[in-house]
Amino acid sequence: MTKWHNTIQSIKGPLLIIEKSGDIAYGEICKIKKGEEEILGQILDVSQDKAVVQVFQSTMSLDLNTKIKFTAETAKVGVSEKMIGNIFDGMGRPKSNKTFVAEKFLDVNGKAINPSARLQPSDFIQTGISTIDVMSTLVRGQKLPIFSSSGLPHNELAAQIVRQATVKGEDFVVVFAAMGITNEEANFFLNDFKKTGALQNSIVFLNTADDPSVERIMTPRVALSVAEYLAFEKEKHVLAVLTDFTNYCETLREVSSARSEVPGRRGYPGYMYTDLAANYERAGMVKGCRGSLTQIPILTMPSGDRTHPVPDLTGYITEGQISLDQSLLKKGFIPPINPLPSLSRLMGLGIGKGKTREDHSSVKDQLYASYAQGLEIRQIVSVVGESSLSDIDKQYLEFAKKFEEKFINQGFNESRDITESLNIAWNLFKLLPVQELKKLKKKQIQRYLK
Amino acid sequence: MKGKIIRISGPVVYAQIKGAINDLVRVGPKGLLGEIIEIRGEQKVIQVYEDTVGLKPGQIVKNTSMPLSVELGPGLLGKVFDGTQRPLNDIANQQGIFIENGVDLPALDREKKWEFKPKVKSNTQVKPGDIIGEIQENKSFLHKVMVPPGVEGKITNIKEGFFTVDEEIAKINGKKLSLMHKWPVRIPRKIAKRMPVNEPLISGQRVLDFLFPIAKGGVAAIPGPFGAGKTVIQQQFAKWCDADIIVYIGCGERGNEMTEVLQEFPHLKDPKTGEPLMNRTILIANTSNMPVAAREASIYTGVAIAEYFRDQGYNVALMADSTSRWAEAMREISGRLEEMPGEEGFPAYLSKRLAEFYERAGNVKTLAGEKGSISVIGAVSPPGGDFSEPVTQNTLRITRVFWALDASLADKRHYPSIDWLASYSLYHDNTQEWFEKNFAQWNKLRIKTQELLEEEAALQEIVQLVGLDSLPQKQQLLLLVAKMIREDFLQQNAFSEEDSYCSPSKLLAMINSIFEFYEEALDKELDISKLRTSQATEKIAGLKYVISQNMDEEIKSLKKEIKKSIKDATLGGSEK
Repeated sequence: MTKWHNTIQSIKGPLLIIEKSGDIAYGEICKIKKGEEEILGQILDVSQDKAVVQVFQSTMSLDLNTKIKFTAETAKVGVSEKMIGNIFDGMGRPKSNKTFVAEKFLDVNGKAINPSARLQPSDFIQTGISTIDVMSTLVRGQKLPIFSSSGLPHNELAAQIVRQATVKGEDFVVVFAAMGITNEEANFFLNDFKKTGALQNSIVFLNTADDPSVERIMTPRVALSVAEYLAFEKEKHVLAVLTDFTNYCETLREVSSARSEVPGRRGYPGYMYTDLAANYERAGMVKGCRGSLTQIPILTMPSGDRTHPVPDLTGYITEGQISLDQSLLKKGFIPPINPLPSLSRLMGLGIGKGKTREDHSSVKDQLYASYAQGLEIRQIVSVVGESSLSDIDKQYLEFAKKFEEKFINQGFNESRDITESLNIAWNLFKLLPVQELKKLKKKQIQRYLK
Repeated sequence: MKGKIIRISGPVVYAQIKGAINDLVRVGPKGLLGEIIEIRGEQKVIQVYEDTVGLKPGQIVKNTSMPLSVELGPGLLGKVFDGTQRPLNDIANQQGIFIENGVDLPALDREKKWEFKPKVKSNTQVKPGDIIGEIQENKSFLHKVMVPPGVEGKITNIKEGFFTVDEEIAKINGKKLSLMHKWPVRIPRKIAKRMPVNEPLISGQRVLDFLFPIAKGGVAAIPGPFGAGKTVIQQQFAKWCDADIIVYIGCGERGNEMTEVLQEFPHLKDPKTGEPLMNRTILIANTSNMPVAAREASIYTGVAIAEYFRDQGYNVALMADSTSRWAEAMREISGRLEEMPGEEGFPAYLSKRLAEFYERAGNVKTLAGEKGSISVIGAVSPPGGDFSEPVTQNTLRITRVFWALDASLADKRHYPSIDWLASYSLYHDNTQEWFEKNFAQWNKLRIKTQELLEEEAALQEIVQLVGLDSLPQKQQLLLLVAKMIREDFLQQNAFSEEDSYCSPSKLLAMINSIFEFYEEALDKELDISKLRTSQATEKIAGLKYVISQNMDEEIKSLKKEIKKSIKDATLGGSEK
């Protein structure tokens, strides 16, 4: 039905300019003959006589004689429950020889969830990590990114969350999307998933650093389409871990610059916020459906800079962030989650009586206040020395130290349930005089401060 | 009028069609909503409010020859619309959880009948804006039915009874008049006269009401990095401010935040009327993943609806969260049009558009001679929290209140994390008289508070160098009191039932107590560390959680406690 055309006029980076022939739709997928292989592209701009094609694989060895074919389809992915337990490439093609009968074909860009059809996320997810569970609680349907930097163990943390995350004993289906991570990193995840049996319950999409970069634009879309299908049609609880969004944004910039678009901040395209939102907003819970889609995107902040466009725009879209901290890691505290710049906007509904424990909210406030106070005094000490401190100041210093040692530092292999985490906090409160524990209610002090 | 598509580039479509600037068009076989934004000879540039994937050159475009308009009439309250006023609840009922392309549902319910009570007799002469009747839209809101703009003459056949929004309720000059009319969103509605702003819009948030008030009809900006609490402040404002109508525009923000409002507001009570907050609220939800062109339109849709209620003689508060996303939508469209960019890629007309939008706020005399106002509170999301970027800077040139959010305060969990040194309000002079009349001492205490906080900031720098204990006692006391002001007064817990809203009288009692404490302690030889943990300071800290009814009693016992605690902390037990 569709013919091969010989209409390429110019090639620039990942873009082909073609002379228009026949009926081409905006966003349509096309196939390009590269030797024996057929590679995929998508229409980015189409007018009466010309079209711009973005090629998802390398354009190496393509020339003006290369043939191109239009599929009359927009970018779609075949989805099926049977995909669980298998590994796919960044475009959603199986890595093994297995074939899958698609139950449905979905547009990879998805559709916006109607805000009035959403349900407010409110189920506590126990990650088994004290700093997250107590201080930046993750709830089902939330999107909570990990802000990391080079040299920090975000992969280990993500693997730990995948291993340990549970809601009242119920497990998740994990959708894992790798965008431009190294093969070594990818192997780390795969081995960990295999070792712990998590793979049986996971769908893995791999686009590694040596895979075509433009394919990376599709990877989260494909993964999230599958995730949405499982969550909202098959009513499963899905946890999507997507790493690394910094690589994804690099690709956006690459395509944008090849199109000679007007750049926004630091050369990233002006529509990066919208583009990221189109991915991140594909999380949540909806009315009349038991399933949920929880997202943990991971990104590495160039030189730890939180104002860099990638973390900055992400932070504006996601519902909080988990921040990893170099100085905690240097002191040997693992996982090095710094609770102060971390935040979960949705934790309020997920904690408290009937969800975790009635003292949770007060304990969290008290930990924040006391740790922040301790750090402030630590700073003063660095200027004036410890000798001029009052007794109470010294107690705060001790609190901050013990908080890092006992509460933050739990290792990648320990899973603490929420009661245990809260009890550790109460043990720490003993280091401070009772009248300093202003955020705790009297009743709670009587009950838990033993 | 019909034409055809020539080119598609993201949300921008070029078409061969007749039409004028801002004409609404239907694009492609699904009839996607779009607007002509530029004319290049025969070619028209259209921004499309829906996803354009799948459109092809050669497909049909129809011109409706109408500008983008909103439907105004009873039935707006309690609803949630997208950026082009499509009813999202109805869409969800019809289509399920995802929003499909090409939906064409009316904004106002066509089935529902409203009880209309005429206020004028047949054969009266009427002009635009005149109120001709009323509808009790819900328990707390009286909807006033106005003569639509551009209609004038003798009213005849005026009826009483139950009508849908498009049934005839009267004739003017022989022409049918119904409960609903349309208005083009980009054009400000007419008013009789602008009036000075002189009454504060009370938000129930201590730091705002006391230190940086906004006036009814005023404009305020909240710039802040992510995580600093912009949205919480906007929502607190929407919940508790003493306006009659709230228009809340979620412009390119999170879907779950809209859900929060939708699920919370029906259960919260308006402090003024005791009715569910949703009864006075209209939501415009164009979340970040919804089409970017509709995001551009959402601000206008919201403000046009706000003007409609203002014209009925009400005080309207409009929250725009966030104007940065709106500006980015403009940037994105402008980029697609290959316009010459201004600063940071934003179009050169950014400041003009921002100014035009904020100018639609104000305190006015309506065409019917009533008093109405629109107050606008715009959130700004500066990249990296850097206030020198174009959207923040252009906004600050227009707005008269600046609530600066500070990430370091938020990291310390000081909420609302409004920086009391950097923020300002230019409405102090306007509202002074009103406060003085209703709450004696207000202005005096405010000035004292601000002075004290500034002194504290200067002292803190010294403390960083020499430590607290080496300061003279008087300064230590000042630091203690400033800390009390910060923690026990400025901090407010939005998630506590007792503290979420603070009435002006409670606010005054709280700050007054702190200063009573200060004055009592001044010029005495004191053990400051003892004072820090005294009963009085503890009681002051607990004031925010005391409910208004018990406040008088609490203050009475506190007065005694202050005297006692300070006596206990006096060195040698004797006064100087």
